[in-house]
Amino acid sequence: MAGFLLRRLLNYLVLIVVATSLAYMLAAGALDPRSNYEGRNPPIPQAVIDARLTELNLNDRTPLFDRYLTWAGGVVHGDFGKTVAGGSVGEDLGRRAGVTLRLITIGLILGSVTGVFVGAYAAVKQYGVFDRLSTGASFVVLAVPTVVLANILIIAGVWFNGLVGAQVFLVSGEATPGLQGGFATQAADRLQHLILPTLSLSLGLIAVYSRYQRNMMLDVLGADFIRTAMAKGLRRRTALTRHALRTALIPAVTYFAFTFGSLLVGTTFTEKIFGWHGMGEQLVNSISTNDVNTVAAISCFAAFAVLAASLASDVLHAVLDPRVRVG
Amino acid sequence: MTISDEELAEQRAGIDRIKAPSRLRVVAGRFSRSVQGRIGFALLALMFLLAFAGPYLGRWTYTDKDFMAFLQPPSAEHWWGTLQTGADVYAVTLRGMQKSLIVGLLAAVIGTTLAAVVGAFAGYFMGWADRSLTWITDLMLVLPAFLILAIMSPLFAEGQWPLFVLVLALFLWMVTSKIVRSMTISLKEREFIQAARFMGVSPVRIIFRHVIPNMSSLLAVDATLNVSAAILTETSLSYFGFGIQPPDVSLGSLIADGAKTAVYAPWTFWFCAGLLIVTVLAVNLVGDSLRDAFDPTAKRAGQ
Repeated sequence: MAGFLLRRLLNYLVLIVVATSLAYMLAAGALDPRSNYEGRNPPIPQAVIDARLTELNLNDRTPLFDRYLTWAGGVVHGDFGKTVAGGSVGEDLGRRAGVTLRLITIGLILGSVTGVFVGAYAAVKQYGVFDRLSTGASFVVLAVPTVVLANILIIAGVWFNGLVGAQVFLVSGEATPGLQGGFATQAADRLQHLILPTLSLSLGLIAVYSRYQRNMMLDVLGADFIRTAMAKGLRRRTALTRHALRTALIPAVTYFAFTFGSLLVGTTFTEKIFGWHGMGEQLVNSISTNDVNTVAAISCFAAFAVLAASLASDVLHAVLDPRVRVG
Repeated sequence: MTISDEELAEQRAGIDRIKAPSRLRVVAGRFSRSVQGRIGFALLALMFLLAFAGPYLGRWTYTDKDFMAFLQPPSAEHWWGTLQTGADVYAVTLRGMQKSLIVGLLAAVIGTTLAAVVGAFAGYFMGWADRSLTWITDLMLVLPAFLILAIMSPLFAEGQWPLFVLVLALFLWMVTSKIVRSMTISLKEREFIQAARFMGVSPVRIIFRHVIPNMSSLLAVDATLNVSAAILTETSLSYFGFGIQPPDVSLGSLIADGAKTAVYAPWTFWFCAGLLIVTVLAVNLVGDSLRDAFDPTAKRAGQ
């Protein structure tokens, strides 16, 4: 078992290294930081531009492979290079990672837990009103891309604010800058900012998980062990939660690893549209500003996150399914 | 010809008149019996009709600018109103829909084909071929698709959208190819594949003539669902200016423009967003009903 895990970790590590290197090569080859300095008025002398680009390790006159070696040498020591503005990529992203992780964690927990319960309840009351409503709603939500959903939420929020005549939903940023007041005021302000972005992230997840969980639960509900559990004298509720839900959760947990990548992308859109200064927003900005080092660092982070998610789903799988632990 | 021969021939003719319930007919029958599938199919057909025949009805083309009407609400002159630039919303939205539909369909077909070929080769040959193909699949899963597509976006300018479709398809095949691989491994042991192998049929021929056709139902469903995935990805990329490049338009770029003016000029946002949602919804409904129709164990109403 330990040997298997070790081999797996090693394989993951190689995948991260290759993926990040590929992303760096692509970014360094396709993006053009030189264009940031050209066409300015007054024009900047060629030599100055060259010196500046070389200092940032972004000079396209240096062979790509040499730039890659310089960059990789830094990364090995934990230094992800400099942004186009001259700051440290590591520090910049470290600050932003907190914002992204907060948003993702809240959205993920809310989305998956709600989704699983909606799906399970819909399966228990199959063909009931709730089942039909949730199925229809999840079909519609799955057809709405995050970018459109976020904008619809903003429009709805602004409309609601106008209707009530008060700023209930705040649609830009994570908190109001320079807000005075105690803890309660601050917390309320954060919550007002948080509601719509979280919804835009988790609605899609709720739809996916509820569809999936409903099917899994339906398969399990007809199984013999549920009937046995109830025949043994367990109450229906206990049999459903302790035996049916737990068994039906296993495939959903495996599915979690697959959805994590799309969740990262969804976070990118949500951050950019709601003006949260997280990594996703920085990703969109860094491509527009030809910031090669930031792009490479973010793809390293993304690869790491996706593999961590798949490792986490393996562990959760083992926790839920005794057969995995024994075998 | 003897009498018995004639009788036989008559019987044959009688048998021939009875249509055998081929798999295609069974599946088509099941599909057309499901309400969901009918609604999805009708909506999708309507969307295609609107996108490809609709522009001939309108008076404006998507490149026209009406300098007498900026950001005007829908009227007899401009059915769905105008944008800030004076462009006719009806014309540009339908143009964007054409692009989104074509990009979605092509990317889905290419992506599914790739998944079938890679998965079948990996599962059939095993050994080194399998290990390297699986590793590439894992690598593609780890690479952030949105980022790679966004970085490459300058290459898609000046009508190079087929390249965009190719790169988009390159990020659609991984999960399916894993499923295809495991199905191939079990198919390989079946008698008809063994028979073909011992008759000396070449492995490549076996894969294309026997392995892949036996997974056609899975692939058909996957291709359908990939259409909606491709349309959604294309929309998101174009929203941030990384997909279809101007002067061409797609639903994504229209939605991005419309979102800025949506609060006081709702027609700039809701027509393109609504059509996008309806299109993807229709594709998903068709895919879901197809999956049920192909699945012999699925519970159906009225059976």
